[in-house]
Amino acid sequence: MTLHSSRPDARTDLLHGTLDMLILRTLQWGPQHGYAIGQTIRAQSSDVLQVEAGSLYPGLQRLAKKGWVTAKWGQTEANQRAKFYRLTPEGKKQLLREESRWNELVQAIGRVMKAALAPGTEE
Amino acid sequence: MAPKSDLPQGTLDLLILKIVALGPVHGYAIAQRLQQVSRDVVQVPQGSLYPALHRLENRGLLAAGWDESETGREAKFYRLTRKGRAALGSETENWQRLAGAIGAILKLSEGGAE
Amino acid sequence: MTWLRRLLRHAEMEDQLDRELRFHLERHTADLIARGVAPDDARRQARLELGGPEQVKEQCRDARGTRWVDDLRQDVRYVLRTLRRRPGFAAVALLTLALGSGATTVIFTVMHGVLFKPVPFADPATLVKVDEQTKGIVDYRWGDRWAFSYPNFLDCQRDVRSLDMAAFRYGGGTVSGSGDPEFVDALQVSANLMSVLGVAPIAGRSLLPEDDRPGAAPAAVISQALWQRRFGGAPSAVGATVTFESMPYTIVGVAPATFTIRGADILTPIAQNPRPFMRLRGAHPGISVWARLRPGATRAAAQAELDAVGRNLAAHYPESNANRGFIAEPLRPDVGGVRPTLWLLMGAVALVLLIACVNVASLLLARAVSQDREVALRVALGAGRGRLVRQHLTESAVLGISGGTLGVGLAAIGVQPFVLLWPGGLPGADRVQLDWSVLAFALGVSLACGFLFGLAPVLRAPSQRPDPALRAGGRSVTGSRQLHSVFIVAEIALAMVLLVSAGMLGRTLLRLSSVDPGVNLRNVLTSRMAVSPSILSDPGRVRAAWQTVIDRGHRVPGVRAIAMVDTVPMRAGNNQVGYWTAPPEPERMQKPLALANSVTPEYLDVMGIPLRRGRFFDDHDRLGSEPVVVIDEVMAQRVFAGQDPLGKRLWTDLAPEPLIVVGVVGHVRHWGLAADDRAQVRDQFYYPFAQVPDANVRRWSELMSIAVRTGVEPLSLVETLRHELRGPGGDQVLYATATLEQLANATLADQRFLVVLFGAFAALAMTLACIGIYGVQAYLTGQRVSEFGVRMALGATARDVVRLVLGESARMIAAGALLGACAAWAAERVLQRLVEGMIDTELSTFGAMVAILVLAALVASFVPARRASRVDAMTALRQE
Repeated sequence: MTLHSSRPDARTDLLHGTLDMLILRTLQWGPQHGYAIGQTIRAQSSDVLQVEAGSLYPGLQRLAKKGWVTAKWGQTEANQRAKFYRLTPEGKKQLLREESRWNELVQAIGRVMKAALAPGTEE
Repeated sequence: MAPKSDLPQGTLDLLILKIVALGPVHGYAIAQRLQQVSRDVVQVPQGSLYPALHRLENRGLLAAGWDESETGREAKFYRLTRKGRAALGSETENWQRLAGAIGAILKLSEGGAE
Repeated sequence: MTWLRRLLRHAEMEDQLDRELRFHLERHTADLIARGVAPDDARRQARLELGGPEQVKEQCRDARGTRWVDDLRQDVRYVLRTLRRRPGFAAVALLTLALGSGATTVIFTVMHGVLFKPVPFADPATLVKVDEQTKGIVDYRWGDRWAFSYPNFLDCQRDVRSLDMAAFRYGGGTVSGSGDPEFVDALQVSANLMSVLGVAPIAGRSLLPEDDRPGAAPAAVISQALWQRRFGGAPSAVGATVTFESMPYTIVGVAPATFTIRGADILTPIAQNPRPFMRLRGAHPGISVWARLRPGATRAAAQAELDAVGRNLAAHYPESNANRGFIAEPLRPDVGGVRPTLWLLMGAVALVLLIACVNVASLLLARAVSQDREVALRVALGAGRGRLVRQHLTESAVLGISGGTLGVGLAAIGVQPFVLLWPGGLPGADRVQLDWSVLAFALGVSLACGFLFGLAPVLRAPSQRPDPALRAGGRSVTGSRQLHSVFIVAEIALAMVLLVSAGMLGRTLLRLSSVDPGVNLRNVLTSRMAVSPSILSDPGRVRAAWQTVIDRGHRVPGVRAIAMVDTVPMRAGNNQVGYWTAPPEPERMQKPLALANSVTPEYLDVMGIPLRRGRFFDDHDRLGSEPVVVIDEVMAQRVFAGQDPLGKRLWTDLAPEPLIVVGVVGHVRHWGLAADDRAQVRDQFYYPFAQVPDANVRRWSELMSIAVRTGVEPLSLVETLRHELRGPGGDQVLYATATLEQLANATLADQRFLVVLFGAFAALAMTLACIGIYGVQAYLTGQRVSEFGVRMALGATARDVVRLVLGESARMIAAGALLGACAAWAAERVLQRLVEGMIDTELSTFGAMVAILVLAALVASFVPARRASRVDAMTALRQE
């Protein structure tokens, strides 16, 4: 499963957890249909993260199966039928968990990146 | 306690390159460093460390040689090549873009949808 | 380490990897112990955290990018192990392949050395051959290419800037002086011939332009062989004199042994040839012209210049040069007629190789079926299907390459004997050797064969699903039976082609051997003869010398009759002369040709040619009396059909006055036993040597032969004759001696060679095919033991089982025979085009060969059939 970055040579493969987190985050502000979720993620990341349909919809299925989102058929502005997803309370909790984990990860990586220890020193 | 996250793909390479950039180091030391600095948040299976090292060596980003370790035993030390240094730079950029992009989504305010 | 070094230092890499991981584990264990963990627990924990070392190593190897090499290494080791476990199978497969591929490699080696190589001179791509070409007129006999005339050559050499042109013509003669006189082949050459061809002398110098002038001091370059023979290879030979054709030539240099044109031993300057025809622009005395493109010149540019010169000369000298131009073509080695024979042989060995491949394929197929269970298990346990296929292909490749390597070994042994046995000597035989191209060819063929028979087990029954094979007894016989049947049909068909071809060739040889040559072959000695060169300029003395030869010949005990003859039948060389029966003389291209032979009166007796009508020559036919001619019955039939030819007049190119026909004799197969019937020029006539005008006596004598009928074994008289006929100066030589029987045999040498080889290939093919059939049937009946048990339990007798199996075999054999017969019929067409004297398809021979093969195949199937019928019903059923 891939998220395309706009630079073709910098494809970033993210794990399921990260995609889940992004989807849940997007849904925090109200129910949306799949296409809109993808668009939002793209727009907000300035085109860095482009979710393929082949990853998005299975991802949504996965989230639904886990009970973190629910789906309902509804009407879009253009009066088309689409499946709308929204966050469940469980999903909200999961989102917080994922977010905190992500932040820790970023920090941990950041620590390594900033480290300036002398060579050979350990422990 | 929350289960450990797996490292995003490609980040392991980045971390290895950064650690090696600080000076020649053997595989075990890299593992320890990763462990220590991540404070158990990041899970790096030791089994995937060595294949990653060999892969980076194959691509010419690392160079390896055998030398006497701090305990007196011989160990295989890795150091960064010039190519590796360049790769470190571009991988760092990539990571920052990715983290930045995800961070932007996470900081999404209500009006940002649609 | 670079990628390549990593490849090569496999063991070292493995060792390093092992040490690296071990270090990690030790350090980790030590750290854990330092933190207070018990040693055993520490070790276990460290191990757990690292993960299974083998797995980690595997991933590291993957990361190294040399995984495929490691896999290949493993596969090859596995294959070798498997083969070692079934030595019988391996031996049969390898032997079969070695024979097939060895034969193919031998033929290819010969082809490569003879057909595919350029001329043996430096930079062959820039060498061209230049001929005179008649524009718009293509003679149906000669084509449109002609030898040069000397004046034309000189003009071209001077005016064509892009070519460095050299000329040569044959000028053999007698070397006398110190040592025994001998007749040698020699060339008259332009001074630059050796430099044009890029050949440097190994002693002294080559000819210079100063030597190549009329009236210059006679200088010559001798061959290395002559140098050894007559001067012992001494350096003093350069500057010494050699008497050639009674003229003293100063030796200026020695040419290397690698430089041979027509086997010449002496090279003399062509411009020193004083004969008048050298100055006639319209005379073409066999001058060949070879040239090299000057640096930067193209063949197109050279051709353009030649065309310009041609037009120029045509305008200036219309009688000789009208409609005549010059054409340059790449110089290629002269291979004579061996090309079709070689391709024929290649076709035959290819068939043998195919049969060998089919055999191995069927072996592999049988083994694959028996391995079904094992394979299914491995697939169920997780071995990737791709890996299995790769292993299987590796096995085929290993078999193929091993067989091919053995084949190359066989070829290395067999090539030289094969070349030596080639009838009449193989042109370019010294360039036949095993080199890189041959090895590359062998490798390519081996891999192709491997691929071919590797496909077999893959092509049979559909994808191997683990379940059915594991569940049931696991014999998918049906799938392999169809393919095995196809193999049998194919083998029979292929073997049939070879067998029938061999049979037809054999029949052809038999028929040709019994053909009437038109002469009495027994006890006739023929030999070229050269009279003393010192008298050649005096026709009277020449005639006297020949008369003496005949007289002295008569006095040799054992000689019954002796005659002079211009062209001996069934030997290379002929004299084709135009003739017409009424003036005016027809156009040159419209004139019919006949083989003309000048002889002495005893010729008829010597040769045993029957006289049909009238008389032969006698002593009254000489200069001044009526010019007479005797024609053969073929010419009589064609020219004077129905009428009596005696007394009729015949005009020929030989003389302005017509000749009177005084006799008709039987036809002689001049072109040889095989080729005569289809030859273009079959008319023959004879005229008395005594009536050759003085002006021509010299030229006739330069290439004259004698024929002797003996009462004893002819070859026993050679030395005596040589001694008796050596003339007053001791320099009259006999050379190119052979009996008529030898000559006749030699005309069938090609056919005999093909019969032997095709016979050997056919025998090999039949053996391989029968072995294959036997093997397949034994295997298949072995698989069906339970079925036979059931049949017999239900009342079938042993006989019935045999009939059943044989019946199935017979069907396959019949199909193969039919297919093979059609293919053989097509092969016959090819043979008829390529082999001289090949007879038409004869049903009896055809049928006989088919019957032989079918019988052999049935016998091969009979043995396993009988074994199958001996099965005890109870045991058979219990086996299931």
